[in-house]
Amino acid sequence: MGMVRYVANKLFYMLVSLFVLISATFFLMKAIPGDPFTSEKKVPPEIKARLYEQYGLDKPLYHQYFKYLGDIAQGDLGVSMKRLNQDVTHLIGQTFSASLKLGVVAIIVSVIVGVFLGMIAALYHRKFIDSAAMVLAVLGIAVPSFVVASVLQYVLAYKFHWVPVSGFKGPIYYILPVAALSAQPIAFIARLTRSSMLEVLHADYIKTAKAKGLSWAAILSRHVLRNGILPVVTYLGPMTANVVTGSVVIEQIFGIGGIGKQFVEAIGVRDYTVIMGITIFYGVLLMLARFITDIAYVFVDPRIKLTGGKEG
Amino acid sequence: MKKSKSLLLMIAIVLVIGTVLAGCGSNNANNGNNAAATNNATATDNAGTNTGNTGDEKLAADQTLRINLSAEPPTFDPAQAQDSQANTVLKTMYEGLTRMNDETGQAEPGIAEKWDVSADGLVYTFHLRDAVWSNGDPVEAADFVRAWKRVLDPNTDPTAPYAYQLYYLKNGEEYYTKKVTDFNEVGVKAVDAKTLEVTLKAPTPYFLGLLSFYTYYPVHKSVEGNAKWATSKDTMITNGAFTLTEWTTGQSLQVTKNEKYWDAASIKLSKIDFSLVNSGATELLSYKNGELDRAGGPTGEIPTDQIPIVSKELPNEFVRKGIASVYYYEFNITEKPFDNAKIRKALAMTVNRQVLIDNVTLGGQLPAYGFVPPGIAGANGEYRTAVKDSYFTEDAEAAKALLAEGLKEEGLDKLPTVTLSYNTSEGHKKIALAIADMWKNALGIDVQTVNQEWAVFIENRQNLNYQIARAGWTADYNDPMTFLDMWVTGGGNNDTGYANPEYDKLINEAKASSDLAARQEMFAKAEKMLIEDDMILIPLYYYTNNSLTKEYLKGVTLDFSGAIDLTRGYLLEH
Amino acid sequence: MASDKNLVSLDANLKPEDFRKIGIDEKQAEVIQRESLSAWRDSWQRLRQNKMAMTALGILGLIVLAAIFAPYFSKFNYYSNDLLNTNKPPSGDHFFGTDDLGRDIFVRTWYGARISLIVGLAAAAIDLLIGVIYGGIMGYFGGRVDNIMNKFSEILYAIPYLLVVILLLVVMEPSLGTIILALTITGWINMSWIVRGEIMQLKNREFVLASRSMGAGSKRLLFRHLLPNAVGPIIVTITLSVPNAIFAEAFLSFLGLGVQAPVASLGSMINDSLTGWLYYPWRFLFPAILVSLIMLSFNIFGDGLRDALDPKLKK
Repeated sequence: MGMVRYVANKLFYMLVSLFVLISATFFLMKAIPGDPFTSEKKVPPEIKARLYEQYGLDKPLYHQYFKYLGDIAQGDLGVSMKRLNQDVTHLIGQTFSASLKLGVVAIIVSVIVGVFLGMIAALYHRKFIDSAAMVLAVLGIAVPSFVVASVLQYVLAYKFHWVPVSGFKGPIYYILPVAALSAQPIAFIARLTRSSMLEVLHADYIKTAKAKGLSWAAILSRHVLRNGILPVVTYLGPMTANVVTGSVVIEQIFGIGGIGKQFVEAIGVRDYTVIMGITIFYGVLLMLARFITDIAYVFVDPRIKLTGGKEG
Repeated sequence: MKKSKSLLLMIAIVLVIGTVLAGCGSNNANNGNNAAATNNATATDNAGTNTGNTGDEKLAADQTLRINLSAEPPTFDPAQAQDSQANTVLKTMYEGLTRMNDETGQAEPGIAEKWDVSADGLVYTFHLRDAVWSNGDPVEAADFVRAWKRVLDPNTDPTAPYAYQLYYLKNGEEYYTKKVTDFNEVGVKAVDAKTLEVTLKAPTPYFLGLLSFYTYYPVHKSVEGNAKWATSKDTMITNGAFTLTEWTTGQSLQVTKNEKYWDAASIKLSKIDFSLVNSGATELLSYKNGELDRAGGPTGEIPTDQIPIVSKELPNEFVRKGIASVYYYEFNITEKPFDNAKIRKALAMTVNRQVLIDNVTLGGQLPAYGFVPPGIAGANGEYRTAVKDSYFTEDAEAAKALLAEGLKEEGLDKLPTVTLSYNTSEGHKKIALAIADMWKNALGIDVQTVNQEWAVFIENRQNLNYQIARAGWTADYNDPMTFLDMWVTGGGNNDTGYANPEYDKLINEAKASSDLAARQEMFAKAEKMLIEDDMILIPLYYYTNNSLTKEYLKGVTLDFSGAIDLTRGYLLEH
Repeated sequence: MASDKNLVSLDANLKPEDFRKIGIDEKQAEVIQRESLSAWRDSWQRLRQNKMAMTALGILGLIVLAAIFAPYFSKFNYYSNDLLNTNKPPSGDHFFGTDDLGRDIFVRTWYGARISLIVGLAAAAIDLLIGVIYGGIMGYFGGRVDNIMNKFSEILYAIPYLLVVILLLVVMEPSLGTIILALTITGWINMSWIVRGEIMQLKNREFVLASRSMGAGSKRLLFRHLLPNAVGPIIVTITLSVPNAIFAEAFLSFLGLGVQAPVASLGSMINDSLTGWLYYPWRFLFPAILVSLIMLSFNIFGDGLRDALDPKLKK
């Protein structure tokens, strides 16, 4: 099986999945109470009827569904029903750019710091450094990001005035949200790395390599790190998709207009087109990230055959 | 009312100290600030020359006001706007026929320089001043006709959700429902470029105030044929004190002084920067850190449990003002056991409102025993001053007796577990828990508090799928009618199932009357029916607005309903 | 080995009649594995020697006991308000102080630990069960099975969770069961992906090939060889799902799905107290310390467990 066929195969599955995702989300969204025009101060029935008519909400559900599918097939995500006349693509573009910038930095920081911490801990297994790194990692996992965010905000921004409290206008504004966003991934990656590196360190081929007189540096970089990092790669796929699509809590605390916040707001006001648009966007991103992860396996561990199967 | 007196005194002292401090401070700070101000020289000059304001106050060189809007306005199209955040920003960008003077509570001339009202109170003739749009075009009567037609036209895409705010116009509703198809029959007419004639359906004493509301703003002719005009700063031509100069979705908004505004001379701010932080804790920290000039309501919020702390920490900056909104619990009176007024009354009488306010809501709210809040105009001064809200008293013993009577009438020994629903919010949760505990202690009632996602909650409430639910109501306009006409039989916002023909009759009579004293009488009767006789809802408190304003920020005002006007703000040297 | 030699060196004067055939299953003879019972005993032995892990287990035990019994040793309950004594610092009366409605934080903390432990452990256990089996099957079989199962998990993962939660909110009564269901609907997916990745890596290893060439079936390969070797990442992942469940519970309860106020959980206590953490630190600190302690013990114990279970770390 060639790579082309492999990719084509994956793409086919991806399209089918997207279709299922769109359908499931569409009906789920319609099943929950409320619609874009639910409001505490009710508008008179004649105005509500007119709004339904204009947005096609008066039509039977299957009709709305097929119309939406038709629009999607033409690449049209429609206009927001709450943010009047704003294109969904424009909204996604503007809010995603903030989340993406923040997310990419957070991922880079998480991987570098996490792998480093995990490696140190594994190399000094059962020594003080190991315990210290792991206690730190456990705290990173146990303390949720909104707590990290609030405490950092108070200490670094308010007490020491090193960074601004909120906003997103330049490099200095990245520090707090990135720290809060990457605390848990760092801790998790550190633990994953430590765990799998410990296994690798005990593997026979490492002993062989050692016996053959390879230098530690070579063993580490060529064998230990490469094999030890595999679970991290697995985790990285969905984590990337998660982090770049924004954390509502962090975006709220730091007043960043990211896509996570936008999504939650859209669900809150039942902005149907925006909910669907972001879901599709997120679905594609997730599937791509997982696809790349699968490819990355091959590079990290050549023994893995992607085509799989029970060839025996 | 000892409390409000001491509050007044405190505010007076604060003001005096504030001005004295500002006066002292400015001399010293002068030199340092001048150097920093060179790059902003134009703003300084403007401020310095134009305004011979109150004596020793010196304006800051940088007149950029920084404020937080907790939520991004969904739209800047006056016909589409529906929320208070949009109101805050639109007020800076547009001006209607009238402007609300927040101090007096009266409408004063805006784009209309003067007006005549016919003897029957039905025909208003507005004479427009020589104002221009931000692109230099004159603001004409036709701009109002165009705007109002957009609102009332059911074919506007999308249709204006607040179209009913213009149903006061003759044939307004008829045009929307297509009973009248010729817009010329609707009560608005451009007599000439500078004269606008408005005909109402019925005499409306608060109509001049309504005209300052965003649904009544004019729009520029360029909006025709461009559905997306309000989605970009480049296509927004406005007629107010500021123009939209920056808008990044979810991130920031900025308006800049419009030099073409007819009253530009009294606008001292050069810019207003709105951040969009949806977290009270962050907003407060930003404020304390000097990143914001104002924090708290109505644009943002101070976290409830920090209100008592900041009011002590920053007494000179903390401002509390009553606003015309009421917080209440409503009953579904169509189902047992709350179809019984005695049981409803027993619950209302066992809430200790002052304890609730002092320990739970913490915002210095006023205990409510009626439905119309203070600050709403009556026949002569405030309605609430003339008509006291002494419809019931808190009395646990009497409540017990009432409950027993009510239960007997219902054929019950004990009230079954009651559910109290609220929509997801820390504040609502605390209040519900506190009140549930009060009922448990005073009446031995088991209450289950149920928290629901906002839209789920609204749907449930509107479909009478609840027992007791929290609610709040804010004035749409400055008249008791905005609080009382919602309870008529079948009223769109009557979520209790209340149907009382006598009540309906009173409201209808009041709607047709232009005799202020008679109206007030009718309102008082209606309110008594609503609360004292039928107790279809439990009034809890009248809202206050709690905010922090830096001592150097002046001129920002709140109207009776708590809507904020930033346009006349200015920053002193600091 | 020594005993074998002894056997050989026994008196060789034996007649053929002395021998009798005992049935030997030839297939079984080919199977190479340690006796499973002793493997468990072995692991337990090693776990017991790990002092850190045992201490952690002890602390967890104490926390569980306190969560069950501590509330009975206080004269307060978790729901009664005392509006005249709100936000009081710790004292002899209220060991951990009072919260914004004057409720006793000591009782609420332990009561909350009860809820949080139940939710956290139940969610983690279900995630583990579903995730490991699902991920194991994906990783082991690969090909079309993997494609379909993988895509199914991706779809589930990509459906907006908040919508699912709101739907659950409408169709289910708020309860502990509902919240555990809500947490596990998507909670297992991460685990399944980690396991899949591990299995994909392991299944081409020499020991697996060896076992397979000796005729081991899929089930045996997966459960005897592959999964035990993936135990490290599995335990790390499971230790992440516990705190995630604890805090997700707080979020879901806040939305109205889980235990309803005034019932306490550690997550919701932390949530509620965060805005005032500077002024009323006790409201925030006690539940936060307890969560951290639970997590720390959990992780140390998890590490010990991994060391004990992982066949690769046997010395």
